[in-house]
Amino acid sequence: MKANPAGVLTGAHFFDGDYACAEGAIAAGCRFLAGYPITPSTEVAERITQRFPLVGGMFIQMEDEIASMAAVIGAAWGGLKSMTVTSGPGFSLMMENIGLAAMMEAPCVVVNVQRAGPSTGLPTMVGQADIMQARWGSHGDYAIIALAPNSPQEAFNHAITCFNLSEKYRVPVLFMMDEVIGHMTEKVVIPPADRIEVVPRTLTAKKPGQYRPYDAAGGWVPEMIQAGDGYNIHTTGLTHDERGYPQMTAECQEKLIKRLTGKIRENASDIIMVDESNLDKADVVLVSYGITSRVAQAAVQQARKEGLRIGQVRLITIWPFPEKKIAELAGKIKGFVVPEINAGQISYEVERCAAGKCLTRHVPAYGGAVHDPGVIYDAFKEVLHAGKTQTVR
Amino acid sequence: MAQNEVRVSGFGGQGVIMAASIIGKAASIFNNQFATMTQAFGPEARGSSCSAQVVISDDQILYPYVRNTDILVAMSQEAFDKFFPEMRENAVLLYESDLVKLCKLKPGQKSYGIPATRLAEEMGRSIVTNIIMVGFFAAAGGAIGYEAVRKAVEDSVPPGTEKLNLKAFQTGYEYGAKLLGKGGAA
Amino acid sequence: MPEKPRPCGEEHPRSKLLRMDRIPHIWCPTCGIGTVVNCFLEALLATPLNLKKTVIVSGIGCTGRVAGYVNLDSFHTTHGRAIPFATGLYLSNPDLNVVVFSGDGDLSAIGGNHFIHAARRNQNLKVICVNNFIYGMTGGQMAPTTPVGAKTSTTPFGCFEHPFNLPHLAASSGATYVARWTSLHLRRLKWTIQEALSRRGFAFIEVIAPCSTVYARRNKLGTGFDLMKFYKENSVIRHGADTKDVDISFQGKIIVGKFVDVQKPTFLDQLNEGYSKVFGDKYVPYGSEKWHKMKSEFQVSAAKA
Repeated sequence: MKANPAGVLTGAHFFDGDYACAEGAIAAGCRFLAGYPITPSTEVAERITQRFPLVGGMFIQMEDEIASMAAVIGAAWGGLKSMTVTSGPGFSLMMENIGLAAMMEAPCVVVNVQRAGPSTGLPTMVGQADIMQARWGSHGDYAIIALAPNSPQEAFNHAITCFNLSEKYRVPVLFMMDEVIGHMTEKVVIPPADRIEVVPRTLTAKKPGQYRPYDAAGGWVPEMIQAGDGYNIHTTGLTHDERGYPQMTAECQEKLIKRLTGKIRENASDIIMVDESNLDKADVVLVSYGITSRVAQAAVQQARKEGLRIGQVRLITIWPFPEKKIAELAGKIKGFVVPEINAGQISYEVERCAAGKCLTRHVPAYGGAVHDPGVIYDAFKEVLHAGKTQTVR
Repeated sequence: MAQNEVRVSGFGGQGVIMAASIIGKAASIFNNQFATMTQAFGPEARGSSCSAQVVISDDQILYPYVRNTDILVAMSQEAFDKFFPEMRENAVLLYESDLVKLCKLKPGQKSYGIPATRLAEEMGRSIVTNIIMVGFFAAAGGAIGYEAVRKAVEDSVPPGTEKLNLKAFQTGYEYGAKLLGKGGAA
Repeated sequence: MPEKPRPCGEEHPRSKLLRMDRIPHIWCPTCGIGTVVNCFLEALLATPLNLKKTVIVSGIGCTGRVAGYVNLDSFHTTHGRAIPFATGLYLSNPDLNVVVFSGDGDLSAIGGNHFIHAARRNQNLKVICVNNFIYGMTGGQMAPTTPVGAKTSTTPFGCFEHPFNLPHLAASSGATYVARWTSLHLRRLKWTIQEALSRRGFAFIEVIAPCSTVYARRNKLGTGFDLMKFYKENSVIRHGADTKDVDISFQGKIIVGKFVDVQKPTFLDQLNEGYSKVFGDKYVPYGSEKWHKMKSEFQVSAAKA
């Protein structure tokens, strides 16, 4: 359906990524934010506190990020589209209940404006080192969706995508911004509400008594209800059957985990968004995301000037990872260059999917600053001139 | 592709980020260009050195940072000392003439000074120093014209303060226009 | 709910409010939790509350399992997080009557921070805490409520930590209704729950209950019957007692009664009042009928989707 015009600030704005993300969430229909202040994500919540009172939204500043994430799940079950925003240390605290959201299949969005870690790290400075934590941070087997915008415009657009995916797949969606994107200011065009597609909270048409909260009817995603409508549902973080009742058996566990992971894996082609360019005849393919995808353009421009054939895969969706795309390219090119503001995370995924068919060259930056484009350029040359299939680190 | 790389610098509390934001907004919202503003954040809120970068271009901006400054706005000595080495050959320097003592610039580089703080104090409101500087930028920077910057000022300042800020903008603009021998306001 | 056939053909008197297809429950014989649940259900039946709008949230532990047996919308969350989950649930629909069932460890150790902050905000939640002085489900470890001297599996030589006085913690954090009973005080407990359900604001009811399997056994306190006898002989009803005086020592007197019953604007009252002052008529009071209409604009039925 189309966005509700009540919350849509149609027009051209000069917004930073944090504000743009807040506006995207509102346009998507988000009306609940529970959060705890943390740099560099706080501006998202600050924007929301200014905007929510007049659009029927609820902002509550909780006592910590654990509580924030728990409240977000509670609100999801009460029928609101809900979110929280945080950065590294808070993201760590949220892991417990991100697992609960995955287990209870509560649609919600977690924004992580990444700073450099570990621990307190560099609170005001950029990092991209929470990428693996996004995928694996909570214990046990589960699957989530994660997106990484590379401009304030995308922070707006894909905040909406995050909510839409969370509703469609009943899964927590993690919006992995980074400090630079969060604080970078650019023109953000907010279209009229009737040109914004949103997935509404879809409540079951079944009557109480017919409805079973975790019965996906042979598909992947069960229908949702909201508390207070008379369904008397039970939901739990324990392994549960279609009724939502705890079942302490390996059989029930297998069935549940297969569905929770399968609903993302088997729908990967519907979920995954990548930006591709110049892949035909490319010798080297740059795989990047977030701010790094833009910093790397200086290296790409220089390389192309010199006649090097550089293709690009820019990840908008980080998880599920575009395995097929990378595997397919690996057979055709000399190698991948993967710059990230971390000591190696997505590069491992690229390497796994390349499966030895070509080189994978990770270009680290350790946080606090973006790459010097020169080191990315050097990596292009290095891959082009490298002798055989190997991993260069 | 016409591109201008602008750095606005000074110390915290001078309104450096606001000034940069107005410049970026003028280009991207009111002048049909692209602009990307980035800034360095520190834990201190006041008094420390502070700078923001604005890349202005006729085309989409991919690399978002200033590499060689085309226009440096320096509102403190520390900011000037730190950032003047990255000015490109034909760069323009706009500086707070009461606060910055210039060293020798390269030939081809132009510099224009304005006592923005004093002018703001003469208006009775030192808080508008940055807006005076923005007016000066519109006149002497050569990147964006009067009308777009003026609109951006009006659109950016807190409601109820438009009159004061537009007056400050005008003061800075006229000072710059006079300095460049352009005559009065556009 | 489908019911298992009962051998004697009789129906459990609370079967409408219990998930009979999940009975028998996991609690040990003589455990106090079932008694508290029964009092809660009786209180529910005695109130005019719309049961459709009444929901229950619990965390982890023996008491955490209450959510699994009560036939209401019921949420079994993570350890210690029942209160923040309930906060989100309540704020997503202020028509809901949200009850939190929690054990002493769940509520005051891992969930302690959430407990004091929900009380501080006077969040409109009813919190029932079954305090058996111990972590029962995990085999009888020390809790923040374990009295000095009591033996647990992690204090084999006796607990030496100062315990929490939970009513005092709740009251001093801002709870507007605070009471304590033991699982022997069936009628009083029922009345208290009933009264608490009629109040707006953060209500806290502590119920001292026996854990004969791990607490009583380790401390040689006898059988379930002995524990009931102990409650009968050692409970002192003192309504309005200053909560600072109601701490519990090992096998000492248990002061019970209603300690606090005051009125204070809730979190939502404060928020609505504050925003109404600032925004006037432009502000749609959160939770009002008009607000509910706004909320439903973001929802569709699966039949139409």
